[in-house]
Amino acid sequence: MTSPLLEFRKVSKIYGKGEAEVRALDNVDLQIRQGEFVAVMGPSGSGKSTTMNILGCLDTPTKGKYLFSGLDVSDLTRNQRALLRRHYIGFVFQGFNLLKRTTALENTALPLVYRGTPSAERRERAMQALTLVGLADRWDHTSSELSGGQQQRVAIARALVSDPAVVFADEPTGNLDTSRSHEIMTLLTKLNADRGITICLVTHEEEIAAYAKRQVRFRDGRIASDTNGTSRGGK
Amino acid sequence: MLLTTLHLAWRELRANLMRSILTTLGIIVGVAAVVMVVTLGQGVTQQITSDIASLGRNILFVFPAVQQRSGPPVQVQPFRAADVRAIERQISGLNGVSPEASRANTALYGNKKWDTQVSGATNSFFPVREWPIAQGRQFTAGEISGGRAVCILGRTPLRELFGRQRALGAEIRVANFSCTVIGVLSAKGQSTFGQDQDDLILMPLETVQRRIIGNINIPNIVISVRTAELVPKAQKDITKLLRERRNIREGENDNFTIRDVASIASLVASTTAILTAGLSGVAAISLLVGGIGIMNIMLVSVTERTREIGIRLAIGALERDVLWQFLIEAVLLSCLGGVIGAVLGLVGSWLLTIPLGVPFVLSPWVVVVSFGFSAAIGIIFGFFPARRAARLDPIEALRYE
Ligand SMILES: Nc1ncnc2c1ncn2[C@@H]1O[C@H](COP(=O)(O)OP(=O)(O)O)[C@@H](O)[C@H]1O
Ligand SMILES: [Mg+2]
Repeated sequence: MTSPLLEFRKVSKIYGKGEAEVRALDNVDLQIRQGEFVAVMGPSGSGKSTTMNILGCLDTPTKGKYLFSGLDVSDLTRNQRALLRRHYIGFVFQGFNLLKRTTALENTALPLVYRGTPSAERRERAMQALTLVGLADRWDHTSSELSGGQQQRVAIARALVSDPAVVFADEPTGNLDTSRSHEIMTLLTKLNADRGITICLVTHEEEIAAYAKRQVRFRDGRIASDTNGTSRGGK
Repeated sequence: MLLTTLHLAWRELRANLMRSILTTLGIIVGVAAVVMVVTLGQGVTQQITSDIASLGRNILFVFPAVQQRSGPPVQVQPFRAADVRAIERQISGLNGVSPEASRANTALYGNKKWDTQVSGATNSFFPVREWPIAQGRQFTAGEISGGRAVCILGRTPLRELFGRQRALGAEIRVANFSCTVIGVLSAKGQSTFGQDQDDLILMPLETVQRRIIGNINIPNIVISVRTAELVPKAQKDITKLLRERRNIREGENDNFTIRDVASIASLVASTTAILTAGLSGVAAISLLVGGIGIMNIMLVSVTERTREIGIRLAIGALERDVLWQFLIEAVLLSCLGGVIGAVLGLVGSWLLTIPLGVPFVLSPWVVVVSFGFSAAIGIIFGFFPARRAARLDPIEALRYE
């Protein structure tokens, strides 16, 4: 078997000191392989977002090691982690988090700006990504002119545009109604199946989690269960 | 990348256009003030310089009076023709000595009437004042010694009395006698202080003394020194000579005054410089206030756009990238103020040069310096907010409501 893409080794995340100490993560071991589609679940405050932030190289563990493709992220500086995110990681956030007064195309192309991609190529690739999420005809709409579901699709296009190895989505359907949520999940499932992009998403809805091939459940900063099972997602 | 950032910054400023302009008000006022002060200051300086050039840098004015601390100068003992001759004979290195006596009077020609200054002088007037005759001739020796009724017109009485008519040979009335026009002076224009220098009628010294003033005093002697370097020595020698002639004992103060144009000019120039410095200080304070305004609005902008910064950092922007973005925005903002301020300043000083009667001197470095200054203010005052933006924690920033 190949070595895992993402690996937690006894990772703990502790906020505060002494009396006020909070163990958001407590000695967690976790492995995610290339091409997996993982749903992270659990009650509020169980450590899902903390896990996603560390996996996404936005944060570092207090104790233990996090290996990204074998590379120890805890040793990296803030800017080195930014470079790692720039080249290998895509994000979809709960709030749609598009830039205001900026067109769908420009929002989608943003990660390429920081990669130094020439502007003609940026446009072309952003257009392809928008086509993939079915919004090619809305490329010149600003975020305020798009519905919630459309905004989240633009966010997905933005996460994809740089061909990342892995996409992290913290409650991507949290602000959407049921049918929009299913549209988004269908899209993510397709990306995972067709392009082999590793996807890791947080949700507290069983229906949404069911799209993933694997469900990891957290409780009080620990993994309570880790199951492989799909009811509607890939095979 | 830079182009993208610039474009982005411009869009950000345009989205808050009113706020942007209000923010840069301090810079606008500051830069406009600097540009105006410097432009007008240079205009005045140029005016003085050209006046001095027209007067001659090596001119001395001698008055038989002393300037008191306050109040009018005290007239002590007048100069007489003998004093003038003594200076001419005994002081070396002079081009000429021009005794002058003036009185305001009214000149009449036909039904035209003009109030002007009537000056009595000798032919030394023309080389000493570097003021040639344009038409006609100088006084003859006989006209001078005899105190004859002849005159040479300045441009202004010429225009006012004669218009397009021929003046040479005509008779005008001044005071209670009639007087033949024998010449016309060349044009001199306005002095620094807006005085019309061409508004005078020249007559032989004795004519003015006897027929108009009624005494043989010489209230004013103008002396031209051969070179500017010789001026201090000439001044010393003349002082010594006049003290002797006026029986002033050692230790007593002079009862006359010698002024040189260079010292008058440097006095005016240093006054202008002090004024410029003072006003520039005010402008600098206003620029400082403008800078603080920019810092303030950039801090507001960073707070407002916390989520945006979070997105950029999460997506892979380096601290440097975010720093640049906000710094460029601050610089663009302050340069916008700088441009508006420079334009307003130039237009304002151009409008002011007309009533002030000074030339409009457009110096490119004022514009360049004030532009550089506002850019510098953008960098200095934009740095702190930009660094704050760059150092935000992406997780916190994304969570910000
Ligand atoms: N920045 C922080 N400072 C202090 N405590 C935090 C911080 N972030 C998260 N926590 C705490 O860590 C625990 C796990 O939080 P989180 O990972 O956000 O949970 P979830 O996303 O599963 O709701 C919670 O008790 C939360 O209060
Ligand atoms: Mg959470």
